[in-house]
Amino acid sequence: MTVEPMVRAEQVHKSYGSVEVLKGIDLQVMPGQVFCLVGPSGSGKSTFLRCINHLEQINAGRLYVDGELVGYREKGGKLHELRDREVAEQRRDIGMVFQRFNLFPHMTALENVVEAPTRVKKVPRAQAREQGMELLTKVGLADKAGNYPSQLSGGQQQRVAIARALAMEPKLMLFDEPTSALDPELVGDVLDVMRGLAQDGMTMIVVTHEMGFAREVGDSLVFMDGGVVVESGHPREVLTNPQHERTRAFLSKVL
Amino acid sequence: MPVRHPGRWVAIAVIAVLTAMLVHLAVTSSVLHWDVVGQIFTYNTVLAGLGRTMGLTVLAMVIGIVGGILLAVMRLSKNPVLSGASWIYIWVFRGTPVLVQLFFWNFLGALIPQVGIGIPFGPTFASWNYNDLVGLFTAAVLALGLNEAAYFAEIVRAGILSVDEGQAEAASSLGLTHAQTLWRVVLPQAMRVIIPPAGNETISMLKTTSLVSAIALEDLTRAGQDIASRTFYEIPALVGISLWYLLLTSILSVGQYYVERYYARGANRVLPETPWQKVRKNLFSLERAGGTA
Repeated sequence: MTVEPMVRAEQVHKSYGSVEVLKGIDLQVMPGQVFCLVGPSGSGKSTFLRCINHLEQINAGRLYVDGELVGYREKGGKLHELRDREVAEQRRDIGMVFQRFNLFPHMTALENVVEAPTRVKKVPRAQAREQGMELLTKVGLADKAGNYPSQLSGGQQQRVAIARALAMEPKLMLFDEPTSALDPELVGDVLDVMRGLAQDGMTMIVVTHEMGFAREVGDSLVFMDGGVVVESGHPREVLTNPQHERTRAFLSKVL
Repeated sequence: MPVRHPGRWVAIAVIAVLTAMLVHLAVTSSVLHWDVVGQIFTYNTVLAGLGRTMGLTVLAMVIGIVGGILLAVMRLSKNPVLSGASWIYIWVFRGTPVLVQLFFWNFLGALIPQVGIGIPFGPTFASWNYNDLVGLFTAAVLALGLNEAAYFAEIVRAGILSVDEGQAEAASSLGLTHAQTLWRVVLPQAMRVIIPPAGNETISMLKTTSLVSAIALEDLTRAGQDIASRTFYEIPALVGISLWYLLLTSILSVGQYYVERYYARGANRVLPETPWQKVRKNLFSLERAGGTA
């Protein structure tokens, strides 16, 4: 029996007006993998990540998560966009962590974590709070449960954001440059949490500039540039022995 | 030598003289009967008018706020029919004077004599005479409320647009639907931008209700006018009802302060103190200062 990939992209195209940002992406992410996407800004890596939970609509190709077409229904060879409620249902199983955290500023850390389980999954409040506290403990912020995001450091906010995404018990986690907006000294705490998640077997797609993290934790790495996959392989291989000139040029700047 | 502020002294002198003149006028004027002002302030027709003014303000604002949120959401919808309908509504109701709209709702019975429930262009199940259904008060509430909705829509829209897009993205990525995202995430944050102009609108509405005296609805202003024309105590009547308006707007301002404070939670690291907390703190620190001295 072959294992179904968690994410399968087939010739994914995406344009903003006349600008083509993704020019046919093919890739597969297997369950339990930590999949790193690297590349210069404007390479389309964040856009691709956002397509995976339908925050961006793809223009052509097919994108599957756990065998299910994302955001569309295929009928007679044509794609029809799903309704709001159906898209929302698909997104429940896909957690996302943003570069700028995007915590809800009018809710405390715990309220941020509890919001989606109680509203979307209708988990009873007491139970959701208990699970929320467990998650905050897991990211090392149990003592900050009652704090509003403005009372937390960037690193703490990002860890709350990870806990918030985990509260929906996703089968896939998307990280969009999770440490790029952080002070260097705060990056470590967030990466530690992500490392722990990887050890727990979470399937993760990480857009990052943290080559150290990619090398150490990543199972697979894709280098993107200009909307195409230039090179892919095991992180240690790609990072130490890049085959393409563009990969080499990029890595020489960031390493 | 401390810095001199001659301009300040001149300004203080001018204001002092003007204040003295005003007080002199208030005390010595032969038409400003303060005892009559007091009687008018609590006169039963004035109190009845006050009730109507407050009722109109509350009901019109409820219609205005609910309608405004609805129109703003429609306006921001991707559906061109919804956003177009909202645009046209705002265009019409903001583009004509509210007094004209007031007359319009009052005389709409001439255009639509019968209001019924049924299938459009088909059978009717029940119908009423417009003028029986929509009395003076209802006409006034509709006119003021539907007009307010057009203005409020723009306030809500500005509020929604002020919320960072990442908020809605984060909410959708968690599986919240559009409606849940709007109610739980976007609107509570938009409130910070919505409240100050909304307070302004409410205070403005309280005073705009005085227009209903033009369709012979007995509001606070009309009650004052009636007393004035019956007794010729014009100035005391005007002062009496003005005091009521002033009192109500003051109460609304205090209310606005606390609503603003509520929606500021999370936005500031420390919530600003309420005036009462400030007073208590100052008293306490005075005591302490006195004790150590």
